Amino acid sequence: MQTGILKIYICMMIYVSLHADVWNNPHSKEQSASNTLFTSFSLSPKRLDPVISYNANEWAFISQIYEPPLQYNYLQRPYKLEPLTLTQMPTIRYLNKAHQEVDENDEDVAFSEYRLTLRDDAMYQDHPAFVKDAQGDLLYGTLSKEALEKIDTLNNFEKQGTRHLKAEDYAYAIKRMGVRANHSPILDSMQTYIVGLKAYTERLNKIVKEKKKKGEKLDLRDYDIEGVKVIDEKTLVIEIKGKYPQFLYWLSMNFFAPIPWEADLFYQQKGLVAKNLTLNWFPVGTGPYYLAENNPNKQMRLLKNPHFHDERYPASDSEDAGKKLPFIDEVIYSLEKESIPLWNKFLQGYYDASGISSEAFDQAVQISSSGAMGLSEEMQQKDISLMGSVQPSIFYLAFNMVDPIVGGYSDEAKKLRQAISIAINEEEYISIFMNERGIAAQDVIPLGIFGHEKGEEGTNKVVYDWIDGKRVRKSLAVAKKLLAEAGYPNGISKKTGKPLKLYYDTTATGPDDRALMDWYRKQFDALGIQLVIRATDYNRFQDKVRKGKAQLFSWGWNADYPDPENFLFLLYGANASVDTNGAGINSSNYKNPLFDTLFEKMKTMKNSHERMEIIRQMIQISRKDAPWVWGVHPKSLALSHAWYRNVVPNAMANNTLKYKRIDASLRVKKQQEWNQPVIKPLYFIGLFILLLIFALRYIYKNRQNRVILQEEREC
Amino acid sequence: MLAYIIKRIFYAIPILIGVNLITFMLFFMVNSPDDMARAQLGAKQVTPELIQSWKEERGYDKPLFINTKEEGLSKVTHTLFVQESLKLFSFDFGFSDSNRDIGADIKVRMIPSLSIALPTFIIALITNISLALLLVLFRGSLLDTSMMVVAVMIMSISGLFYIIAGQVLFSKIWHWVPISGYESGWDGVKFILLPVFIGVFAGIGSGVRWYRSIFLEQINQDYVRTARAKGLSEIKVLFGHVLRNGMLPILTGVVVIIPSLFMGSLIMESFFGIPGLGSYTIDAINAQDFAIVKAMVFLGSVLYIVGLILTDISYTLFDPRVKL
Repeated sequence: MQTGILKIYICMMIYVSLHADVWNNPHSKEQSASNTLFTSFSLSPKRLDPVISYNANEWAFISQIYEPPLQYNYLQRPYKLEPLTLTQMPTIRYLNKAHQEVDENDEDVAFSEYRLTLRDDAMYQDHPAFVKDAQGDLLYGTLSKEALEKIDTLNNFEKQGTRHLKAEDYAYAIKRMGVRANHSPILDSMQTYIVGLKAYTERLNKIVKEKKKKGEKLDLRDYDIEGVKVIDEKTLVIEIKGKYPQFLYWLSMNFFAPIPWEADLFYQQKGLVAKNLTLNWFPVGTGPYYLAENNPNKQMRLLKNPHFHDERYPASDSEDAGKKLPFIDEVIYSLEKESIPLWNKFLQGYYDASGISSEAFDQAVQISSSGAMGLSEEMQQKDISLMGSVQPSIFYLAFNMVDPIVGGYSDEAKKLRQAISIAINEEEYISIFMNERGIAAQDVIPLGIFGHEKGEEGTNKVVYDWIDGKRVRKSLAVAKKLLAEAGYPNGISKKTGKPLKLYYDTTATGPDDRALMDWYRKQFDALGIQLVIRATDYNRFQDKVRKGKAQLFSWGWNADYPDPENFLFLLYGANASVDTNGAGINSSNYKNPLFDTLFEKMKTMKNSHERMEIIRQMIQISRKDAPWVWGVHPKSLALSHAWYRNVVPNAMANNTLKYKRIDASLRVKKQQEWNQPVIKPLYFIGLFILLLIFALRYIYKNRQNRVILQEEREC
Repeated sequence: MLAYIIKRIFYAIPILIGVNLITFMLFFMVNSPDDMARAQLGAKQVTPELIQSWKEERGYDKPLFINTKEEGLSKVTHTLFVQESLKLFSFDFGFSDSNRDIGADIKVRMIPSLSIALPTFIIALITNISLALLLVLFRGSLLDTSMMVVAVMIMSISGLFYIIAGQVLFSKIWHWVPISGYESGWDGVKFILLPVFIGVFAGIGSGVRWYRSIFLEQINQDYVRTARAKGLSEIKVLFGHVLRNGMLPILTGVVVIIPSLFMGSLIMESFFGIPGLGSYTIDAINAQDFAIVKAMVFLGSVLYIVGLILTDISYTLFDPRVKL
């Protein structure tokens, strides 16, 4: 028996040695060698319906599938819009109340008319919704019970079809947006701009409820919006109230992506809804990819749309210049909730790109004595590239302007806020808590957005001095002087004689947040102010902010579009949270009449000298009023392997997969090189188990015999 | 026995109503329907109209327990609690707040959870019992003492440590298995090796100690002495007599777990990228998705009750003295 076990062990070890291929590859050999991109997602998408989704995680998928009329140029900076499914940028006519054309600068402008002309070659992905029978009706429009029994995925449908993109599809998308039951987050905002959308929503509310009660399908082709006109198969006109130049940016978002009526009716079938086959989960688009597998709890798989229209790589100086897009055939997104497996798989070459978590930061990045960020030696050896870019976002500490202590517009209140703004050392915060991944904000507008200024012009002189070509934070002595002038010398209230106590509301309640809270306390303590941390859950926190009951709190904003209006409206008085039942985005409830007047003037202007001048004035006003401690514009860092090409950071565009390229042969070579199994421990473990078995067997036998002998002797 | 099972099923109804009542109370104590709507609709551009429409669509505009606008019995029946509970008792879990059919999702996610939990459970049971019997065989020896020390050490270390250490050692350093991932069928074997091994190893300490104490209680019984006197080998005594008689207390702890294996393991599935049910409830709590929370709590309670009934039934199989 012993020799038998030994033989098995030896055979196993020989087999293992001969099969020393890569064992830890989570993908199949064929997949690794194919033109497939492997990437990950950490949060399961909840909705892929373009009219509802307003989340970067979800847009990462749907932006590759759906095509709104416009897109951001992949390479050009500052960000520039360009036609995507249009033959040219929309032409805009300005109309007066009588619908007569007037000049853009005419004071009588009552409406703007956007004319969109579609390209001829845009076609949808293959989908069963497009298949028609001999009578021209949808073949799968009304599935029988028997037919539904055989269907679990879209692949179970025998036939698939396609068709060209039509102007009515864009109109249909706006109509879907107008249905309140679809819960489009931009409906209320768009109702203030698109002519007739509000009336349409009100009319549809009743109809939707009736149809739902009766269990009937809702075909939106039967209902029209006054300001959305389909002129012909390729021309659409959208009428906007007044002037709203930012509407073009909205046209680059997925909310305005086309929806074919066939797909909407197809997915309304109850039998399909019960199998989670809905438009919310199985998009139908004209984009470079289509969703071939949808398992939000495991894997999302995109495949190249064979009908994708002719689009070429935009760079003139790249080897890919003028080549047809997309380059990659398949994209596999795997759910990775934890950062450790994600990071290790990237290092093993099984993911093509990765962000840098705080745990992996020191392993990936080294910061030189001059503060420059570079790759660590380990990363350089693997030929990994580092991409960094400042995000069009801001994270700030807000003062509630309706609070009796930190709010208000008196000189004393302003000085109190200015003193705190100086004392909170954002550079230190970035260094300690962000691994240098951010820049201290000087005002509300981030880098890369019109209105942002660099150098001395862009320096907040309330908080910084400009010395020898550098920004230097004002000293604590200046802050203390301002505090004394505000009525709190050394942090003691002149009126009450008691130390000034401020309250910071936060959702940061975990043990990891303790260091940050201590740091905040220390910053306030430097001025003699006592900071009380009020930790609360997210629901209560939001409620307090909406109702203006929080005194100090941290908040953030990501740009919807690269226009200063999208940041300055965070301080616009009419958007004050307390006045809008919590719907407004001005969470600090800042209201300055001059700022508001300038905002109203600036918001409909095109980028120009005049607009820049107004923005400068607005920024100066807000810096002096200091409704926020301006906080940080975060920097995003991303790593990619040498075989992942054409990776360019673009914070505004989401449909960037089509530009990227993979060198699969290099990937396979590197995966082999980095992941050879270490076999020695296997020999030792096997040997140890064998020895243990033999030893136990020996001891047992010995013991059995020993007992018998002893008993014999006693007898 | 059938009468007993039917009786137990009827007993389960008030328990399930109570569990459901507590779930409703606790959830809505922390979250209001407005908060839920905001969590689902996102942070930007959420207007009161949008919130109201979302609540109406999902029935969250109804009062929780008492509807003062209604008359008679409708005061109670036209409430969120009654309407949602009735659906649960017919095992109609409805749709999640992100519009997915919960029943379909549970069916899909149950299989990956089972693919880890079931082999871990079976292998762990066999390993722990075998090791415990081995220690009983060598009781009082150096092997027994040192194994007990090792068992306490294994018990004292957090499960998370084993997961991370296992991933680093077996995948990152030795490159033996993928660090995480999941596939169905035979392709998936390489993905479940490590989580199953870690699951078994992490449970060895407590399992072996527990089973050892059960077997030690049996080893000095008269029937064991009789078996030895018959001339049976020690191994035959252990496996043929001690194990059989020790099964009763083992069953109490083990059978009750079997139905809950469907529910998966939160940390294990999270770290190994297993698309199971482990994180389904926690994710739903974080997303304030009440539809999933109530469905999963209800299902968990049902499975637990089923586990208890199965335990009672299993007693009759191993101990002829027990009759239901």
